[in-house]
Amino acid sequence: MDAPEAPLPPVIYTMENKPIVTCAGDQNLFTSIYPTLSQQLPREPMEWRRSYGRAPKMIHLESNFVQFKEELLPKDGNKALLTFPFLHIYWTECCDTEVYKATVKDDLTKWQNVLKAHSSVDWLIVVVENDAKKKNKTNILPRTSIVDKIRNDFCNKQSDRCVVLSDPLKDSSRTQESWNAFLTKLRTSLLMSFTKNLGKFEDDMRTLREKRTEPGWSFCDYFMVQEELAFVFEMLQQFEDALVQYDELDALFSQYVVNFGAGDGANWLTFFCQPVKSWNGLILRKPIDMEKRELIQRQEATLLDLRSYLFSRQCTLLLFLQRPWEVAQRALELLHGCVQELKLLEVSVPPGALDCWVFLSCLEVLQRIEGCCDRAQIDSNIAHTVGLWSYATEKLKSLGYLCGLVSEKGPDSEDLNRTVDLLAGLGAERPETANTAQSPYKKLKEALSSVEAFEKHYLDLSHAAIEMHTSIGRLRSAKFVGKDLAEFYMRKKSPQKAEVYLQGALKNYLAEGWALPITHTRKQLAECQKHLGQTENYLQTSSLLASDHHLTEDERKHFCREILSFASRQTDSPGQKIVLPLHCFAQLRDLHFTPSNAVVHVGGVLSVEITLCSQMPMPVQVEQVTINVHFSIDKNNYRKTAEWLTKHKTSNGTINFPTETSPLPAPQNNLPALELYEMFERSPSDNSLNTTGIICKNVHMLLRRQESSTSLETSSGVALEDGAHVLKCSGVTLEPGANRITFRTQAREPGTYTLRQLCASVGPVRFVLPHLYPPVQYDVYSQEPQLRVEPLADSLLAGIPQKVKFTVTTGHYTVKNGDSLQLSNAEAMLILCHAENRAVIYSNTRAPVTGGESSVLGMTESHRKHKDTQKAGQCMATTDHKVSIDCPWSIYSTVIALTFSVPFRTTHSLLSAGTRKYIQVCVQNLSELDFELSDGHLVDPDSNADLRLVPLNAKSPQTLYNVRAEILPPSGTEHCRTGSLCSLEVSITRLSDLLEVDKDEALTESDEYFSTKLMYEVVDNSSNWAVCGKSSGVISMPVAARATHRVHMEVMPLFAGYLPLPDVRLFKYLPHHSAHSSQLDADSWIESDGLSVDKHVDEQPDGGGGRCRGSAHLASGGEHRGLPMPRLQALPPGQVFNASVGTQVLVIPSKDDHVLEVSVT
Amino acid sequence: MNYPLYIRSAPTENELKFHYMVHTSLDVVDEKISAMGKALVDQRELYLGLLYPTEDYKVYGYVTNSKVKFVMVVDSSNTALRDNEIRSMFRKLHNSYTDVMCNPFYNPGDRIQSRAFDSMVTSMMIQVC
Repeated sequence: MDAPEAPLPPVIYTMENKPIVTCAGDQNLFTSIYPTLSQQLPREPMEWRRSYGRAPKMIHLESNFVQFKEELLPKDGNKALLTFPFLHIYWTECCDTEVYKATVKDDLTKWQNVLKAHSSVDWLIVVVENDAKKKNKTNILPRTSIVDKIRNDFCNKQSDRCVVLSDPLKDSSRTQESWNAFLTKLRTSLLMSFTKNLGKFEDDMRTLREKRTEPGWSFCDYFMVQEELAFVFEMLQQFEDALVQYDELDALFSQYVVNFGAGDGANWLTFFCQPVKSWNGLILRKPIDMEKRELIQRQEATLLDLRSYLFSRQCTLLLFLQRPWEVAQRALELLHGCVQELKLLEVSVPPGALDCWVFLSCLEVLQRIEGCCDRAQIDSNIAHTVGLWSYATEKLKSLGYLCGLVSEKGPDSEDLNRTVDLLAGLGAERPETANTAQSPYKKLKEALSSVEAFEKHYLDLSHAAIEMHTSIGRLRSAKFVGKDLAEFYMRKKSPQKAEVYLQGALKNYLAEGWALPITHTRKQLAECQKHLGQTENYLQTSSLLASDHHLTEDERKHFCREILSFASRQTDSPGQKIVLPLHCFAQLRDLHFTPSNAVVHVGGVLSVEITLCSQMPMPVQVEQVTINVHFSIDKNNYRKTAEWLTKHKTSNGTINFPTETSPLPAPQNNLPALELYEMFERSPSDNSLNTTGIICKNVHMLLRRQESSTSLETSSGVALEDGAHVLKCSGVTLEPGANRITFRTQAREPGTYTLRQLCASVGPVRFVLPHLYPPVQYDVYSQEPQLRVEPLADSLLAGIPQKVKFTVTTGHYTVKNGDSLQLSNAEAMLILCHAENRAVIYSNTRAPVTGGESSVLGMTESHRKHKDTQKAGQCMATTDHKVSIDCPWSIYSTVIALTFSVPFRTTHSLLSAGTRKYIQVCVQNLSELDFELSDGHLVDPDSNADLRLVPLNAKSPQTLYNVRAEILPPSGTEHCRTGSLCSLEVSITRLSDLLEVDKDEALTESDEYFSTKLMYEVVDNSSNWAVCGKSSGVISMPVAARATHRVHMEVMPLFAGYLPLPDVRLFKYLPHHSAHSSQLDADSWIESDGLSVDKHVDEQPDGGGGRCRGSAHLASGGEHRGLPMPRLQALPPGQVFNASVGTQVLVIPSKDDHVLEVSVT
Repeated sequence: MNYPLYIRSAPTENELKFHYMVHTSLDVVDEKISAMGKALVDQRELYLGLLYPTEDYKVYGYVTNSKVKFVMVVDSSNTALRDNEIRSMFRKLHNSYTDVMCNPFYNPGDRIQSRAFDSMVTSMMIQVC
């Protein structure tokens, strides 16, 4: 927030402390070496092996080198770690034995004694060698001798305590080597000292902690000890370890508070229970808040002081560790925790003080985080900070309410006093933020200074919170903050601003079906709408609330009265109507017709009884209940006849309506049910199943966007229908619960009446049910007799005789003997009457009136068969012919138009080739009927002798017989099996009547019926089948079109697989002598039953029996006759059509006798 | 779907507040579920942990594999309820919910009116308070 004022990079406050190393001996020497030393020491990291199984760490060492003084050594009992000298170094460049003996040795001894006195064992003696210096001296000893002497004198068995540093200020490889060795030694010594001294410190600290149950134990003292450790870790840049120390302190304190709450109080804790007098919030801008630290040290800190200090340290360390989002998260926990702890400890807190503290703290944390992160980081981590924003908003809101800043009148004197007290508790602004314009302190002070300032700050915060919630998809949270904002606006008497938030929240609750929030928000919305003067919306909301069972009876009555009082107020000025949906006022349960089939004749009385369930908590006087009725005359007259109606209408008469959307429309109610269907996809070639699955047929309904589909609270735009047909019921009092209302109407025009809208009027208020679903209809029928004429087929064709059906619905007319229908028709349409044609009256006993039917027109109808759709699709020309019919019940003639389609299209063309002319005539059949074109010839009407017409139509070879064979598996089985008998059905069909080619010896005639002798033979050349019993026979075939002869035989498949059917051959059977023909005819083994095939089958249901008999006769027949040998003549090509050539039948291996050959390699 | 299948609060005076709280907490549930979406189904932890703390209450969440959400609001001052207790309460709820679902007469998505479920919740609430 203070970014505009301070555009500096984020400052990380580091501790200035470094571990102390003392230097004794030659100070000038050290001064010369110090620059190199302090630069080189932190250059390389060193592995620090830790006690207590803690993971080793790489650490860059730095030190604060100070001159050795005895005062620096800690006295007994001083636990300070920060000022503790971890290492003592004695520096000398002595190379002269005499000098050594004279001064250095004594100095060293003195130094050693001081160290021993303080039991300090971390020391090092550095002997610096200087070649230049050596050369100047006269009594030079080898370099080693001084070192050896020192080692001998002081380093008892610890020769490595004395280190040599050669030519430290030169730039040579020897110098480098020497430095490296020295630095390693120095680092190792330092780390050893850390390990040892910190370990000892930690042990002492633990001991102290274990004493915490002792009476005199003080948390603050312990706090200082453990914090010392934290400081050292921080000093060593071990922030993680430092944080652990504070977290342990945090947890320890929290546990004490919890225990205190459980009745197990520690004495020292009572001090933290002193009343809260200052609430100036967290301070996070300094690495260490010394002011608060001193309070803790002096044991004068309050709970908030301690918590604030502890958190500020944790925050600092977390920021060092670059974990700003954890700061935000921990801050929220801390603030909640403090509020809880104060409650638990029963600390007296002035009202609003904590709100101030939390508000300031939230903003402080947010500003601190903003200070060390850039905008992009902040934007992508809103989820972490939004909690603090909301919390601050919430707190500012309650402060506003507390200080009278939200009321319309502004704060009163009491409010002002409270504000003054609260501001006093803030104290003066801290110097760190004094120059920051947007500091939390200034914000709070300003917000509490005036109604306007508060509004500004509160709106800023709320909008920021809503925006942040929305941006990370927390829509519910955004709506919730919005509701607070709406409440604020309502208090400020700005309902127009509140409405949008309430509507938004309500929509969300409705969509997710949360009943109590719906009710509550609706109540707020009702108030808002009332203030805004949105009459219609207010009344609608009121009706919803009046029917809401989550409200108390009184509240519901209040809202009900609101509607009624509005209604009564408006009766004097008949102006606008207010249309509201019915379902929240009353619900339609069921509807019952009398008569129960809802069919009534013209002039009859129909009553409709409905059950309306009033949702109102009290009786409501309704002026009128109306049902709007839509009238339609059905085009299909027949559908409206009494006969049809009685047949098709269910007679129960009660229609139940599904209970309207319950008071809370849970979203699942709005969704249509899944419509699932099985789906099979078969291969087009062999019809085998390719895929199967389930498909949903109403995906488009289910997957459409939900958001816009439900706008429930806005006025539903119910249109009030104004129809001529209305059922009315006046002066109804609707009691709470079920009410029965009866409507009566006298049927007038015949037709269908559909009940459309139900409307209840209370003054100018109309409660409307816009659509009745399921649809409800009643029918009124006319009793006049009716005549209908319709073809028996789909359409009439011109030029061929067809049947037409007359249907008379007599209605009230009674058919008398001798009544007739007189038809007068156009000349172009002939009525073909059979000599004895009389109408037959079929009376419909079920109907209350008699209907009659008779066939008047017509002759045989042609064989009809489906043709290619292509053909049917072509349009046929039509002509209409009118028939005028005089009916006995009317003086007027009934004129009926019959439409005939012309079935043919004829085209002709004249073609030339040289001097010849060709005339081509095409006749195309457009109808679905088969026509046979025969004897086509052209006629010259003028009989011109010069014109010779030669027909070019070649006679097509005539197919006489159609042979169809079929093999059927034994009854009861699905497939044929090898080795088991199957039946072979052969049917031979004659396709034409007697033709020229039939006139031969085989033709016989008796009683104008011709028949010819044929021999059939079943042959299987491929030896797939064994024909059992008779394989051939002679039949007498009637020479007439469609005459069929069926032959039944037994065959046995010899192999498995798809086997081709055996051949069926047909021969002309020419008797040796014509005299034998009759004899043969009578012979029983010839199956001469002609057309009566079924009969034949019936007589011989057992195929096996037939076969035996057949074979026996064949043998005896040959024996009996002996001499006359008939002749066989092949039928010319084209005369026989084998319909089943190429077909195959599946034969599966029989179960019991298969041999499976398996070769194993 | 975020409509309530079952909601109970004890004591009932501040019911409305809790309804709002649970409803708002669904934001965090949704967030956690979508963050979890990448994890494999069988490794997924059903317990969502603390959804968000408020001054006076702690809101915990749990989601079944079929995305049925359980939300529990407990008093912050109730220090006896630690993570483990909350987890086991959720497991209990889940088990009981599974029983409800196994009832052939229960229409999934309907409000839960099972007496067994209700009494389990009651006993859990008595235990806690």
